[in-house]
Amino acid sequence: MKFDDISLLLPELVQILIILGLFVQTLMKSETGATTDIGVRWVPWAAAVGIIVSAYSLKTSGSLFWDAYQMDGLSQFFKMAVALGFTIATLNAVNTPTVKNEQRTDYFLFFALSSLGLMLLASSVELITIYISLEIASYSLYAIIPLRGNDPRAAEAGIKYILFGAAATAIALFGLSYILASQNTTYLHILATKSWSWSAAPMAVVGLTLFMVGFFFKLALFPFHFWCPDVYDGTSNETAAFAATLPKLGAVVILIRLVALLKPEIEIVSIMAVLSAASMTFGNLAALAQKDVKRILGYSSVAHAGYVLVGLVAASAAGLSAAGFYSLIYLLMNLTCFWVICSLSRDGKNLLLDDLNGLYQRAPYLAFILAVGAFALVGLPPTAGFIGKLFLLTAAWNRGYNWLIIIAALNTAISIYYYLNIVRHAYTHEAEENIQFEEPRRYSSIWGGVLAASLLVLGVMPEPVFRWMEAAARQIIP
Amino acid sequence: MSQTTAPILSILTFFPLAACLILPFIKNEKTIRFFTLTVGIVEILLALPLFRFDLTQPGYQFVEKLNWIPQWGLTYYLGMDGISLLMVLLTILLLPLCVMCSWTYISKRIKEFHFSLLMMTSACIGVFVSLDLVLFYIFWEAMLVPMFLLIAVWGGPERRYASVKFFLYTLAGSTMLLVAIIALYKAGGTFSIPDLTAQTFPFRFQFWVFLAMALAFAIKVPMFPFHTWLPAAHVEAPTAGSVLLASILLKMGAYGFLRFCLPITPDASVYFAPMMIAISVTSILYGGFVALGQKDMKKLIAYSSVAHMGFVTLGIFLFTIKGFEGALMVMLNHGITTGALFMLVGAIYERSHSREITKNMGLGKYLPAYMFFFGLFALSSLGFPGTNSFVGEMLVLIGVFKSSPWLGAVVIPGVMMGTAYMLRLGQKLAWGEPTQAKSWHDLNLREWGYLVPLAILVFYIGLAPGLTLKAIDPTLNRVLERFTDKSKQTVVAVVTPTQKSNVVGLSSLPR
Repeated sequence: MKFDDISLLLPELVQILIILGLFVQTLMKSETGATTDIGVRWVPWAAAVGIIVSAYSLKTSGSLFWDAYQMDGLSQFFKMAVALGFTIATLNAVNTPTVKNEQRTDYFLFFALSSLGLMLLASSVELITIYISLEIASYSLYAIIPLRGNDPRAAEAGIKYILFGAAATAIALFGLSYILASQNTTYLHILATKSWSWSAAPMAVVGLTLFMVGFFFKLALFPFHFWCPDVYDGTSNETAAFAATLPKLGAVVILIRLVALLKPEIEIVSIMAVLSAASMTFGNLAALAQKDVKRILGYSSVAHAGYVLVGLVAASAAGLSAAGFYSLIYLLMNLTCFWVICSLSRDGKNLLLDDLNGLYQRAPYLAFILAVGAFALVGLPPTAGFIGKLFLLTAAWNRGYNWLIIIAALNTAISIYYYLNIVRHAYTHEAEENIQFEEPRRYSSIWGGVLAASLLVLGVMPEPVFRWMEAAARQIIP
Repeated sequence: MSQTTAPILSILTFFPLAACLILPFIKNEKTIRFFTLTVGIVEILLALPLFRFDLTQPGYQFVEKLNWIPQWGLTYYLGMDGISLLMVLLTILLLPLCVMCSWTYISKRIKEFHFSLLMMTSACIGVFVSLDLVLFYIFWEAMLVPMFLLIAVWGGPERRYASVKFFLYTLAGSTMLLVAIIALYKAGGTFSIPDLTAQTFPFRFQFWVFLAMALAFAIKVPMFPFHTWLPAAHVEAPTAGSVLLASILLKMGAYGFLRFCLPITPDASVYFAPMMIAISVTSILYGGFVALGQKDMKKLIAYSSVAHMGFVTLGIFLFTIKGFEGALMVMLNHGITTGALFMLVGAIYERSHSREITKNMGLGKYLPAYMFFFGLFALSSLGFPGTNSFVGEMLVLIGVFKSSPWLGAVVIPGVMMGTAYMLRLGQKLAWGEPTQAKSWHDLNLREWGYLVPLAILVFYIGLAPGLTLKAIDPTLNRVLERFTDKSKQTVVAVVTPTQKSNVVGLSSLPR
């Protein structure tokens, strides 16, 4: 590695600098436990610099570390998405009520480390590197999930997440060993030249399927979703906002790389199609019965994992770019909804649907932002959720899984009920008279408005962003 | 075809939306009402260039076409033909009237209400002028949210149930429409409606696409088994919501049949025509029967809408020029008449706070002007000669009898029932035992203001339908011509140009 190569790693470097800064800050804690005056407010701004740097390095290409680490369109696009998500998530968590002041720097340190892991994941093109990056991304999350005051449910959520996560990564590692044994390499570009059909390489097919399980777990795809609603429910709102969105980006980018090895007609893709259908149907049906807003979003993310997989099942450049684009949209719309939840829940409690009653009176802007987020999650035009879904479904049509498209479309009709329920509570129910509400902070309306506006703008003009993703996908599948 | 002047359709579509953005900055409630009214009037003025519309041209006019998302072949493609012209004019006319009829009716959350109204108008105009399937779908769905809010926030006691039912039904229908759009894109290689119309698809493909699209449109129309959302929505919606629902939203279903099902899937349309006709006739008879038994005025008019829309779909699936003309005239006239009836129900509701017929009787003596308008629109609704609805229903009936007298014999009771329920309603309102009408004041200036334009249209279209028919004839002929062309291509394979002239014209009806 020459020194010039350092310019290939700019987004990661910014992230590492943020981590170092936070690390130094944790060491500087005074005896009384109070942090320095600046607190953690600088992190979102530093992260915003990260977005600019990663946008600047969108066109970077090259490879490092004996070709195990590759900068291409896909990796750079996802690094920017991770930087964006990290910025929003930290901005959201600056005033988190459930983490003590003296813990905040550590809390953010883990956020930043996890994001770094995801950035590394985006560039990994070798199975063991992928595995290690995945672990970097996961371990920091394991540490912050239980951080919620003394709430026992958070501890439960933490244990659940670790146990499920450990099991899933163990399975993935086991699968990796099978792939290595039968195909004799861990480099994706060499693996791409091998056959992945059951008849030619059964062991490799089993191995790849198991390896994918690790990422299906991250994506909360049925039947690896069990952790998802419980963890969202148990952990603090701000952590949930992070855990619900960013790790999914990492999972999607690796799945895109893995699917690029496959052709649409082979067995693994059929398995994915079935899982996709099961995931969206199960997620949507289960969400219908929920009362807690975070649990609704938890099951909705199970359903969305299914939608993203539709693009992967298409196994074409169009499909992969649609999946990547949709995961970015998913990040934005979920963060929009979580933003409102976090802004409303000033004491850090979970929000029930009834807590949204009369929101239009208390906080008209937040109500509008929530409505935009919810309708985007449904996939209603003119939000970005619709255009993302349109790309996914269009890409997958006539690729042999038309039944999947019909199921996906029908699922929209199921899902409208619970998203509409959120909007309905916010807009048509009157708040109970005797309850006092805290005014939401001014900046939360402003930044939330920016998020909602981005959803609308991307819905009407997705072309500039989509173009990057499409070019990236064409690099992988010509 | 294309115009080089100002993008008139874009302006019409997005002007109300742009006005929406100013709304949050207005504080005073009265100013908001005046502002929205002004927007409505300016919108009418902006629509004046539409009079350059060339009545002899069958094709799309005022076309605007821009690349939108080239990777997916999406274009921003607007255009207008005779069918959309009438619908757009109706939509634009209704905006100021809706503001006026909500002047005192809506007293809470004024800002949001007018916001929803303006968004509705934008989306509705967009639906009628889009020539790109995805653009059409976007407007089609964008309309759901403001309509949902209109019902859910300003509606009656059961508004939550009704609004969710409305949303679920229409969205469930349109999900399959989306699948059909995607399938059409993959099969035809384009989202552009005129280009897709020019292609011929295999029958099996048409079969499924027709079913998927017909489900969406049948729910919107609504046709018989899918109509249950309509009475609920109508009864709970505020006056303006009911008016928009009846006058514009329902028309979108019929518009969809004319614009998509017939031209793109002609063979499947012929194949399914018996079924569609059967459902239409069922809607007519069923709607009439149920309307006969209603105690609630709004419910009665809602069921009468089901029956009237049955005439529209019946006319469409006869595949004759009379049927098409009739269908389109019923669409337009139902929009005018039923819209006015809902406004009248809203006006009396403000006085009696009840929509029960029995609570609103004896108006003939105390509110003569009100009763005049009510009688006029009720007569128009039952298709009395000289009023607008007569023209439409007559044309459909001529079409029906031409294709099959037996079918005509089945439809006639539907027409008679229309007379029965409307006369019963009118009679009770006018001459029933007055319960509380004595203290009510008659129509005020504002109420006159929104009823008179519609009343003029009732007489104008009723007595001189020539101009309206002239506007739609070329377009309808084109639909029919292409349609017969295509369906014969696969059946007979040869179509001579002389055959076309047989179906043109409307010589038997006085203009």
